[in-house]
Amino acid sequence: MVKMTESTYRIQGGTGEWEVVIGLEVHAQITSKSKLFSGASTEFGAEPNTQVSLVDAAMPGMLPTLNAECVRQAVRTGLAINAQINKYSRFDRKNYFYADLPQGYQISQLYHPIVGEGVIQISLDEKDPDAHGKAIGVERIHIEQDAGKLMHDQHPTMSYVDLNRCGVALMEIVSKPDMTSPKEAAAYVRKLRSILRYVGSCDGNMEQGSMRADVNVSVRKPGGELGTRTETKNVNSMRFIQAVIEYEAQRQVDLIEDGGTVVQETRLFDPDRNETRSMRSKEDAHDYRYFPDPDLLPLELEDDFIFDCKASLPELPDEKRARYKNVLGLSAYNAAVLTAEHETALWFEQLLDTSDEPEKIASSAANWVTSELFGALNRLGVGIENSPVSPAQAAELLGLVADGTISGKIAKQVFEIMLETGDGAKKIVEEQGLVQESDTGAIEKVIAEVMAANEDKVAQYRDGKDKLFGFFVGQTMKAMQGKANPQVVNELLKKILG
Amino acid sequence: MTEIYDLGIAGIRSGIADGDFTAREVAETFNARVSAAKPLNAFLVETPEHALAAADATDKARAAGETLGKMAGVPIGMKDLFCTQGVETTAASGILKGFVPQYESTVSANLFQAGAGMLGKLNLDQFAMGSSNETSAFGNVISPWRRNDGGNSDLTPGGSSGGSAAVVSGRIAPAATGTDTGGSIRQPAAFTGITGFKPTYGRCSRWGTIAFASSLDQAGPMAHDVRDCAIMLEAMAGFDAKDSTSLDLPVPDWEAALNSNLAGKKIGIPKEYRVENMPAEIDALWQKGIEMLKDAGAHIVDVSLPHTKYALPAYYIIAPAEASSNLSRYDGVRYGLRDLPDGAGLQDMYAATREAGFGPEVKRRIMIGTYVLSAGYYDAYYTQAQKVRTLISQDFDKAWKSCDLLLAPTAPSAAFGLGEKMDDPLAMYLNDVFTVPSSLAGLPAMSVPAGLDGKGLPLGLQIIGKALDEQSVFNAGLAIEERAGFVAKPEQWW
Repeated sequence: MVKMTESTYRIQGGTGEWEVVIGLEVHAQITSKSKLFSGASTEFGAEPNTQVSLVDAAMPGMLPTLNAECVRQAVRTGLAINAQINKYSRFDRKNYFYADLPQGYQISQLYHPIVGEGVIQISLDEKDPDAHGKAIGVERIHIEQDAGKLMHDQHPTMSYVDLNRCGVALMEIVSKPDMTSPKEAAAYVRKLRSILRYVGSCDGNMEQGSMRADVNVSVRKPGGELGTRTETKNVNSMRFIQAVIEYEAQRQVDLIEDGGTVVQETRLFDPDRNETRSMRSKEDAHDYRYFPDPDLLPLELEDDFIFDCKASLPELPDEKRARYKNVLGLSAYNAAVLTAEHETALWFEQLLDTSDEPEKIASSAANWVTSELFGALNRLGVGIENSPVSPAQAAELLGLVADGTISGKIAKQVFEIMLETGDGAKKIVEEQGLVQESDTGAIEKVIAEVMAANEDKVAQYRDGKDKLFGFFVGQTMKAMQGKANPQVVNELLKKILG
Repeated sequence: MTEIYDLGIAGIRSGIADGDFTAREVAETFNARVSAAKPLNAFLVETPEHALAAADATDKARAAGETLGKMAGVPIGMKDLFCTQGVETTAASGILKGFVPQYESTVSANLFQAGAGMLGKLNLDQFAMGSSNETSAFGNVISPWRRNDGGNSDLTPGGSSGGSAAVVSGRIAPAATGTDTGGSIRQPAAFTGITGFKPTYGRCSRWGTIAFASSLDQAGPMAHDVRDCAIMLEAMAGFDAKDSTSLDLPVPDWEAALNSNLAGKKIGIPKEYRVENMPAEIDALWQKGIEMLKDAGAHIVDVSLPHTKYALPAYYIIAPAEASSNLSRYDGVRYGLRDLPDGAGLQDMYAATREAGFGPEVKRRIMIGTYVLSAGYYDAYYTQAQKVRTLISQDFDKAWKSCDLLLAPTAPSAAFGLGEKMDDPLAMYLNDVFTVPSSLAGLPAMSVPAGLDGKGLPLGLQIIGKALDEQSVFNAGLAIEERAGFVAKPEQWW
């Protein structure tokens, strides 16, 4: 693995260059129908307080019971980042008072998390990820309960609380402080999100709060001792994560260079003003009084369970990318782009599956997906899972190009019609008479007409003005409404013009 | 003829089966006893209709020739720590005043399923924290017992299951539920001359029981005798998927296997339980117990539980630590008391609500628990206490290599007068000295009445068994019961 060298991120201060050290704690909502310790639904967007069980509302005498699906998803996630799976883990109570936390404690895993150290490969170079990759360490993954939501805008003097989210299962994925630039942090979150979505353990939806990050930032002179870090809580977009790092790094450098010291504290990001603000310092920090939850037994995993979790994993993005490159012969860029999102890869593979010899069509299909299809989807503003053209329809279109029925240029035209009408490529080509003309007789006839109409240019070409060859190709194609097989046109023109 | 109110569970069962009386007559009898017992302050809520409805269901089932449940036609008292659907449940705390659960605790549901009715909700120490029932927000329970010295001073029924002990000993209910965290079933049973049984941790579901200290809390029966306890525990116990610490094991038929012949059984006498300043009467009772068990065929062996002296300090770290967290949910936001002073914010509301709603002993334990879990003290207190807990369990494991059961006094004294120990929490905590070690180890243990002290007050003996071996505990209890011939009852003065 080649270390990243080109993108060293530095803050220029009055006293010289500063290096930024970043660690992320990503909270990812586990995909499960019911909550971590209760049977209440986790569906997003329900009316407030309609998905709250007696356990979630912390009624007297209620007890948590662990949702096995959440455990399974956490283990699968750990396996997907080659992490150590801890066969013994335990739940602890994190005690603090807040209106969105009915129990007065969050059930989490401080002392014995379910997943230990793992690693996530990132890259800043989309064109050639392998050449510029970097390994970011993951310290641990633990599972814990989410809190409810306070609503301050419902009443002039009171705050309301919605407990629908209360008790929903989260994975907290804690990175090592291995990132050194906002771009690396963004690449890490992007890659993590991709893996979670491949695994199916989190939908990665940042707008709905399914994924959010606590961003730890410190600065130091390059290679020096680690500085004091600040933690900016609950940052919920890729752009904001980068903004927090940029702002915090600059603020800390300015502070230190002005003779101040960075205080270890919790901060909040204000997206309107693009700045972070102090929430509470270490001195006012909560004493969470963690201790093992006596309502829950230690969680002990059997080898068979872990084996089944492993067996249930799909091909993951890095393996898939390698296969696309090495087996399907795709370019590094295409392989990277097609595997970044699981849906894209699945769509692409469905397209390949229509062929008996997928390797033969892989490259042209990949080119078509990354250029034509992505362009169209971008324009329409839809994801590939909602593509108006199905993989089978795309295969039909590409098949017509491959067997020479239509030219690449006509294919673009046919694709546009497919997008508009939903019709199949063959039907469009037949109805609109777009079949490519490869009949040499017909083409020769047109060439003769073009030459007759442009005798001067023929003479000039024959006098050595080679550049005019393109003119004749264009005129011939134009006269045939683009339906002529360009290869045949080229060959015939060369022969006839001499 | 024996009055109905003198009957226990088995007596009521056979009376109904034989047609001597109907379940309705039983319910009416005890409902009247409950109404007449107000001076004892044992009930926080009376539910005569509940008892009648269950009785009518039993009579109807019997008339239809259906098989009756284990508790059919038995109206019981319910410690107010068990949430009961539609019936106010407060844990004797001001902070839960007015709280009416929409759900039924597993234990009460099991009992109702077995045919029991409910006479009412019984007073207790607030959140089960106390050994004299004096920490209740709704006044002391007064024991039906009085000293025979002519003085009429009010005595404690013990705690925390004080209401349960008072009504069973006063023949106001034939049986009652209790909960035991560090001795809350056994000590009041000993103080009032009844039988109380704490099963192995996990036998009874904790779901719907208001939590004090989750790793210690266990429900159990309080009844006239060993047989009644066996019947009632069979009805209460059982696996419950809603409680992760519940034992996934079948409930044995303890009653059917009752056998007071202890031939071949070895009974250990733990030397560390011979504490300093133990009253001579307690020591004498213990000796009497040894003789009774020998008489039943048991072999007596001396055993050592070397870490016993650390049990009480460890308990008073672990139980408050868990309690401090368990009681965080009483915050004035969703149910129970809310004290919202003018202009108050969230933190002010928490403070005002908890200040007004919790009694002094509850606050003391929340503060102790908060302290021992706080940063910088956790290892010195909580971690150490957990290590002690492990050592205490190991003490028992070693003892089981040379004996099957342990015999000890239940409490270090007979019932004391109300108000005598309230100013001295440490003296109060010492009440639990014999009961706490087995709680920390999660072992089954029971108190059986074995004699009276010089002032005519009941004294109890405690039998501690191996985990899951309730049967041996019942059997040894029965051996003592048969030999002690304990028939004393409090005179009805109320």
